[in-house]
Amino acid sequence: MAEPVLEARGLRKVYGDHVAVDGVDLALAPGGSLGIVGESGSGKTTVARMIVGLTRPTAGTIAVCGRDRSQPARGTAERRRRAREVQIVFQNPYASLDPRRSPADALDEVLRLHTDAGADERRARIAELGELVGLDERMLRARPRALSGGQRQRVAIARALAAQPRVIVLDEAVAALDVSIQAQILNLLADVRARIGVAYVFISHDLAVVRQIADETLVMQRGRVVERGPTEQVLDDPRDPYTRLLRASVPGPGWRPVRRGAPTTGGAT
Amino acid sequence: MSAPLLEVADLAVTLPVEGERRTVLHDVSLAIGPGEALGLVGESGSGKSMTARAVARLLPGGAAVTGSIRFDGTDVTALRGGELRAYRRSVAMVFQDPRAHVNPVRRIGDFLTEGLRLRGVARAEAARRAVAALADVGIPDGERRLRQYPHELSGGLLQRVMIAAALLAEPRLVLADEPTTALDVTTQSEVMAIIDELRRERGLALLFITHDLDLAAAVCDRIAVMYAGAIVEERAAAVLHDDPLHPYSAALAAARPAVDRTLPRLAAVRGRLVSAFEAPAGCAFAPRCAHAQDRCAAELPPLRPLDGGAVRCARAEELRGRLAPQEVAGG
Repeated sequence: MAEPVLEARGLRKVYGDHVAVDGVDLALAPGGSLGIVGESGSGKTTVARMIVGLTRPTAGTIAVCGRDRSQPARGTAERRRRAREVQIVFQNPYASLDPRRSPADALDEVLRLHTDAGADERRARIAELGELVGLDERMLRARPRALSGGQRQRVAIARALAAQPRVIVLDEAVAALDVSIQAQILNLLADVRARIGVAYVFISHDLAVVRQIADETLVMQRGRVVERGPTEQVLDDPRDPYTRLLRASVPGPGWRPVRRGAPTTGGAT
Repeated sequence: MSAPLLEVADLAVTLPVEGERRTVLHDVSLAIGPGEALGLVGESGSGKSMTARAVARLLPGGAAVTGSIRFDGTDVTALRGGELRAYRRSVAMVFQDPRAHVNPVRRIGDFLTEGLRLRGVARAEAARRAVAALADVGIPDGERRLRQYPHELSGGLLQRVMIAAALLAEPRLVLADEPTTALDVTTQSEVMAIIDELRRERGLALLFITHDLDLAAAVCDRIAVMYAGAIVEERAAAVLHDDPLHPYSAALAAARPAVDRTLPRLAAVRGRLVSAFEAPAGCAFAPRCAHAQDRCAAELPPLRPLDGGAVRCARAEELRGRLAPQEVAGG
């Protein structure tokens, strides 16, 4: 791999006597896409929060663009530089936007904070970001409550992109969307990565969605990575018993639900 | 099919919202035979949950209902008092979020035996049946569970308790509204297997509401697809995915990423979802449909029989066989 844009080693997070994340190593190439899959309690969201700087690791190191960020930032300039490098998109598009501000205002705030651009330049950049994520002028001027879930998630992606980050962490970013809208956003994320070369850490419980978006995948269970590799290899030829169970639990044509306690016959799962 | 257990005909529902009446369902017709499982599949605002609520007589206050809902030949829209209570024992409902439908300060045992006790079953007998019902849903240590509170149980366990509670009433029809959507995927598989197994053993009819076409196909005999408050297609579950009759059913199947192969691009559906009250004249899906013509915006065709199913699309006959999922599509 080229010099990784994001690298974490021995990442650990302990809450009281509960170990939420236990010795996670990961690396992400510039412009790459890393999926982290797992069920509730696997520690995937805690890993995301530590990468972004919302949660401080108990142990381990995180470096972005070669600079350590395991310790809290000293001073505003350092905190802003870290924010410019890594941005996050959350799951709930209804809770992650200020209801009183239009998308254009929200984008303008990020641009004022993170760039030296003047008013004209910022206006041009807002239009450019809108174009990149498929929001027209009317939507950019609307209040969030007038926007649908899919449109709001486009705003959240545009806001993350406004700081020109090297890495965007997407924490279940399409999980709350209806299938027909989810497909639009997944295509959008693929287009954005192809056009501007931003790297993704894509946190999800949904194996099919991860397959569509991530080149490499980590499978987490109870705070540990149980399997990792190219996404297609992990899903087509899972080695770890837990990955196999996850894979076998995904409904698809011909799938039957299985009672785990009950004896299973044949190799259908 | 023998005489249907549940028969919904021309159901329309409006709700008062900010001083005006909003249509949430228009023209829903469906039938479920004894022991049969019908999947009701759709996205947000399609009206699938409202259909179940109308059947369960759980619509919000102020709802205006037209059309008929017949259960075992009786029109349930007019039931009152004791007859309504008797009907509700025959029709059990399982909801998406079990924690929102259980009293957090009462023990599991109280929750499970309440209905039995009201019907005059003695305390010890009610507890014995509750333990047996928990065993049926794969919870072996029922006696200990009866003493626990809802917060002591995981989401998957609590949903199994809700299923046990639904079955204790010995219903003939179960309405399951996204019963596994809030659960992890491995737990979903287990809970669906339990629902499927108990339903078959006891010959229960099931109305299974979900946004997941593949999940519905795995446990249902037939599937009805809803969009903007109306059913747009009804087919045998086995053929719907590979041979859809309505462009929306096809789009829904094609938009979902696949776990077993990487697609170069997802077949996204353009535009955004609409609810029944904001649907345009004519076919509500027409503005997003790749096959729409001028006539689609002019009038909404009725649901009509085709190829062993039913479809509501003006172009269904000409599109037959051309809507199967494709590997690559624009979007």
